[in-house]
Amino acid sequence: MASSSSDSHLLDIPYLARLARITLTPQECELFAQQLDRVLEHVALINELDLTDIEPMAHAISHYDILREDQLEPGLSHEEALANAPQQANGLFIVPKVLE
Amino acid sequence: MLPFLSIAKARKLLVTKKISPRELLDELQKRIVTINPKVQAYLSWDYEKAALEAQRADLSKPLGGIPIGIKDAILVQGAPAFSASRILEGYQASYDATVIKNLRAAGAYPLGRLNMDEFAMGSSTETSAFHPTYNPWDLSRTPGGSSGGSAAALAAGMAMAALGSDTGGSIRQPAALCGCVGMKPTYGRVSRYGLIAFASSLDQIGPLTHTVEDSALLLNALAGPDPKDSTSLSLPGEDFTSQLGRDLQGIRIGIPKEYFVDGIEPQVRQCVEKAIAQLTSLGAEAVEISLPHTQYAVSVYYIIVTAEASSNLARFDGVRYGHRSKKANDLLSLYEQTREEGFGAEVKRRIILGTYVLSSGYYDAYYLRAQKVRTLIRRDFEEAFSKVDLLVSATSPETAFRCGEKSNDPLKMYLADIFTIAANLAGICGISLPCGFAQKEGKKLPVGLQLLGPSFAEKMLFRVAHAYEEATAWHQDPPPLL
Repeated sequence: MASSSSDSHLLDIPYLARLARITLTPQECELFAQQLDRVLEHVALINELDLTDIEPMAHAISHYDILREDQLEPGLSHEEALANAPQQANGLFIVPKVLE
Repeated sequence: MLPFLSIAKARKLLVTKKISPRELLDELQKRIVTINPKVQAYLSWDYEKAALEAQRADLSKPLGGIPIGIKDAILVQGAPAFSASRILEGYQASYDATVIKNLRAAGAYPLGRLNMDEFAMGSSTETSAFHPTYNPWDLSRTPGGSSGGSAAALAAGMAMAALGSDTGGSIRQPAALCGCVGMKPTYGRVSRYGLIAFASSLDQIGPLTHTVEDSALLLNALAGPDPKDSTSLSLPGEDFTSQLGRDLQGIRIGIPKEYFVDGIEPQVRQCVEKAIAQLTSLGAEAVEISLPHTQYAVSVYYIIVTAEASSNLARFDGVRYGHRSKKANDLLSLYEQTREEGFGAEVKRRIILGTYVLSSGYYDAYYLRAQKVRTLIRRDFEEAFSKVDLLVSATSPETAFRCGEKSNDPLKMYLADIFTIAANLAGICGISLPCGFAQKEGKKLPVGLQLLGPSFAEKMLFRVAHAYEEATAWHQDPPPLL
């Protein structure tokens, strides 16, 4: 995949696509580069703020990671868990060979 | 007219045996069969299964016999759940979402799969991988989104009520554009277990209904702690209808000046200003206030939402469920090809942006900064709510826009959410309800009024929204017959 198309843009789309495990066509790379340039220009607004001593907010509420009692309960059966598998055999998900 | 009945009225007919649950379902079925081909709000529905549920309905329960339309992102055991994406095509849910369990416990049952933007990424329901949905008020316009199927089905009389999910306005904005009531509860109020995740720190399930009372009735069933969602809050049980009917004496409404700027359509602004005057004539006191960091909300939102989405959507890899590419010859190309074929353009775009803002060297500049500005946005609301009980604005700066009008310009589409996203960033609750109509090219288009309240103030929002609704007739107008 050509990466030269992104040289004039803020984002290196082919590199990000590899990180995100998505094959993109050269046309998609060029389109996204143009569109996301504009989005990033807008997003750059937040650079004008002084954020010294401001705590980052990761959650919408102050209570989170509320844990339940650790009690046994039935989960999905083997068959149910495999019911949507694109490919399965012998009670396992099948994927292309990983090790030679 | 039966299809536009509120839940509250339908329940009276059901318990007095003037109508049976099956007859109620059959009325909706008739509407769906004739109208859905034009509006395309439902992706699918299973009448036979619904008829069995209607037959078994326990009318002694608060929502006994009431069918509820379900956004395609919410799992119903044995039903398809694609989140309107090709990558989940063929997927059948293996369990009920907690909200579905809760609805069943209250006597209601799910009816149909409602269209949405793919993985809820959009504001027009045009990014659905299957087909767009059209606005019942003008079929050349979008119903808004992402819960556009839910809002359009309701507005067209094809559902009595529906569930949606709201990450940046996805319940409130389509409710506004289709002329119904849409509530985004406080983050943590309703379990997200069984909601196909988009942005986990922002997502919240909520009801779309014909009336404010119905919204409160549905929230009664939906809300509650869930051991399966570590962000659902353990709050004392509440009856959200308990303040309906109270007047507005002593209520202070804040008018955020940053929400009344250029760019808001004049007809929308007029409707909202009239609604504020109406609220004050009902006894509320209006005060101008400021939310100084409003202009940063869209930026913060699109950094956080894409970061969380890129992480959440990593699970779609072609191994355990959904689409798998037939072109792959090794594991890496299996992932890459499956995701290329399975995701639509908007989803890919957001995954790429999210990957960027989380990547080494950019994390501090984007993601961490955005989280800090999120703190400032929440503080704006805390400051405002120390002076007023709730905030009032337009839900959307415009009425329903034309199909295709924004679909090639992501930034333009993102700015459509300008009044709704801050509530998700702050975690607070909000409701949109009809407050008038704009006239465009000879068509009436609904305008939505947004009320925002502090965390856990849903009851107060319902009280104010209900008082307004009782004093006006906007919600009684169905769209011209399709």
